[in-house]
Amino acid sequence: MTLDTAPEVPRAGFNFDNCRRNAALLQGGFKPPTTTKTGTTIVGVIYKDGVVLGADTRATEGPIVSDKNCAKIHYLADNIYCCGAGTAADTEMTTDLISSQLELHRLSTERQVPVVCANNILKQMLFRYQGHISAALVLGGVDKYGPHIYCIHPHGSADKLPYATMGSGSLAAMAVFESRWKPDLTEEEAKLLVRDAIASGIFNDLGSGSNVDLCVIRKDSTEYLRNHELANKKGERQLNYGFKKGTTPILHTSIKDLQITERVQAVPMEIA
Amino acid sequence: MSILAYNGGCVVAMRGKDCVAIATDHRFGVQAQTISTDFKKVFHIAPRMFLGLTGLQTDILTVRDRLMFRKNIYETKENREMAPKPFSAMLSSFLYEHRFGPYFIEPVVAGLDPKTMKPFICNMDLIGCPNEPDDFVVAGTCAEQLYGMCETLWRPDLEPDQLFEVIAQSMVNAFDRDAMSGWGATVFIIEKDKITERSLKTRMD
Repeated sequence: MTLDTAPEVPRAGFNFDNCRRNAALLQGGFKPPTTTKTGTTIVGVIYKDGVVLGADTRATEGPIVSDKNCAKIHYLADNIYCCGAGTAADTEMTTDLISSQLELHRLSTERQVPVVCANNILKQMLFRYQGHISAALVLGGVDKYGPHIYCIHPHGSADKLPYATMGSGSLAAMAVFESRWKPDLTEEEAKLLVRDAIASGIFNDLGSGSNVDLCVIRKDSTEYLRNHELANKKGERQLNYGFKKGTTPILHTSIKDLQITERVQAVPMEIA
Repeated sequence: MSILAYNGGCVVAMRGKDCVAIATDHRFGVQAQTISTDFKKVFHIAPRMFLGLTGLQTDILTVRDRLMFRKNIYETKENREMAPKPFSAMLSSFLYEHRFGPYFIEPVVAGLDPKTMKPFICNMDLIGCPNEPDDFVVAGTCAEQLYGMCETLWRPDLEPDQLFEVIAQSMVNAFDRDAMSGWGATVFIIEKDKITERSLKTRMD
């Protein structure tokens, strides 16, 4: 039995129930709340036989660093990964959604999904939402047509480029690419170039920081190098600043025992 | 002022060695006026899992109820206990469903996995961007102070007794510098075999 209030399959898509109430609340002079953003430096380059994607790992809420080691390179398919900048929840959910659509597409066509397909689905979705889903993406992958990098903007426009940067650190990273990028880089050269581009974002852009993540996609293998370089290690504490037991005054304590003791007992049964 | 700071309050969760801790203050106010001093923002939702919600009080209660509904449906259908990780995934997609008309809350999940007993902590922003660090998570009006306190006091592999002192001192010293939070605090330490709830003696101003 399906009830209106408790449907077996919940309604798909966004829920706008709170919009009127929230608009009224915000009219009362309250500032709209801040969401987690990935200020971000994300980049991608094409090299001789594949692509290298790179990202920093800082997430911010206004001026506060809310996550020091977040993952901004998202899995889309075995041969396609995607870096996300913008509102953190949007990049996370958008790439998850597209990832499952690509998997369904792969199963129905029984072929490896080409990168251009991921690009099309992503940009059509972002265009449909008219920029309200603020996800700026660098999509990279390798298929039977070769390596590809796409740069997708929140309003749904996309560029196909040999090297791309996005996010608040895109200028710092692009400066590195413009001075050092050349066609047919080797894998090691490409990794170093991407590492340097991300590092320049980390050290010159306030919205980017912490570590360098890399992802190398080759013709028939993928390597996700999470925390490829720890650019900013936390210092070691010299002394122990621990508190003695009983420092904090306690009013009362209650303990809930979760240990379940089980006892098996043989009970004689009547024989019919 | 943000609508998230209308009622005040804060929650913090920390990971220890084979245990997790979650703490809440007791204040429920309407801007500068304190209405009640026994509103705990942390809810015991499974044998070894707690959900902390800060932000607008009406949304704290609504989200708690809606999540409990979804969790009960899951547990009835699957005939097993919901672990913290799938619960956080459910919470995240619930909040993202309301991307364009959000609930004004910031959630914190803390617990032990019912099978592996591994510690789990997680927090999110109001539209469900999950963050699962291996040290501590904070939420509420004194989040900035809490970040500072936790960053200096937290160490890896804290035993339950030490973890209690660390989380209690972080909490108390953070909210003493915040007018919107405080008026008592409760700390829960979740271990494999027991849950210890301690009420703290704090400043009541």
